[in-house]
Amino acid sequence: MKPSDHDNEHLLHHFSDMDQQRESAKLGMWIFLITELLLFGGLFGFYTFYRAWNPDIFHNAHAALDVRAGTANTIVLILSSVTIALAVRSLQLDRRRRAGKFLLATVALAAVFMVIKYFEYSHKIHLGQLPGKYYHYTGIEGTNPHIFFSVYFTLTGLHGLHVLAGMGFIAWLAIRTFRNHFSAAYFTPVEMAGLYWHLVDMIWIYLFPLLYLVG
Amino acid sequence: MAHATAHKKPHVLPLKVYLRVGAALLVLTLVTVAVSFVHLGPYNLVVAMLIASLKATLVALFFMHLLYDSKLYFLVFASALGTIALFIVLTLFDTLRRGDIYEEVSRPITPDAVIYSDTARFDTAHGQALPEEGLMPLDTAGIVSPPLDTGEIGEQVDTSDIGRIRTGPGEGGR
Repeated sequence: MKPSDHDNEHLLHHFSDMDQQRESAKLGMWIFLITELLLFGGLFGFYTFYRAWNPDIFHNAHAALDVRAGTANTIVLILSSVTIALAVRSLQLDRRRRAGKFLLATVALAAVFMVIKYFEYSHKIHLGQLPGKYYHYTGIEGTNPHIFFSVYFTLTGLHGLHVLAGMGFIAWLAIRTFRNHFSAAYFTPVEMAGLYWHLVDMIWIYLFPLLYLVG
Repeated sequence: MAHATAHKKPHVLPLKVYLRVGAALLVLTLVTVAVSFVHLGPYNLVVAMLIASLKATLVALFFMHLLYDSKLYFLVFASALGTIALFIVLTLFDTLRRGDIYEEVSRPITPDAVIYSDTARFDTAHGQALPEEGLMPLDTAGIVSPPLDTGEIGEQVDTSDIGRIRTGPGEGGR
């Protein structure tokens, strides 16, 4: 045990020091993240196989998506990734209030993402650009354009659920940060939330061009 | 930063690293949007994926600290990406070559298609709908009979292959 870890109340008895504890948590988090990647990987396969079968559908239907909304959401999500990275950095430097503010900013940006998503979804629901048998829009040429919207709603829907879940626990971590639960000596939950959030950002980085730009 | 001495190495990156990576991500986003309006044919997809991968790499290396942390995390991450790539590529060997054996045509999938039916029972061994009132019967091998030219669409949809219906001779050669 390192001398400096002797009186760290956060050190659990089965770890020899804080570094080991933190690295174990991080490995566990990365293993969780790869299960998330494999979950989305199957859906990226869904996209790939059906696009390969129906290139015309994807080409015609992707024009129905709003590139401005998608671009705005990409920018918002990148900014939220920056703010949560800065929240972790602030805690490393023991600037707790600033860290809490960065976490709140992350939640706010995620909320902006969801609001834009809400407007996109409600517009599509209104037009009938829906998956499978619920599709009743007539403005897209080609056979079975609803396949594209099945892909679109599955991928963005699951991603949106991840954003909502992230908002929930990042808000909870922000409250805990303001209550001085975290410091430079212990901020592992915030760091793990950061890893999760960056993964959600990374998945959107691929979803945005695949759906909005080159569909 | 008194705690930093307690760690093997300090993980605190300078502020400007985060700001520059963030700025690079924003610039790359605008670049990929701009490029999408230039018609490059199939290269639009290639360029978009290269830019997306560059952005994802920046996020992983700097925001997720893979560049500075133990290589073990990188290995875990890379193993997942390799698995996904393997999964997709191996499946494409199947899905891209199906037309080699059967002639394939796209037909509309209508709301009354078997795949949307709440009541259709599926033969899980063959991935096909079991016969039901109004459906064409299946033979003992569980293979859908060849569709008639005048047949109702949607009734013989092979659920393993949504959006495609096989026609012509050679039906059932699986």
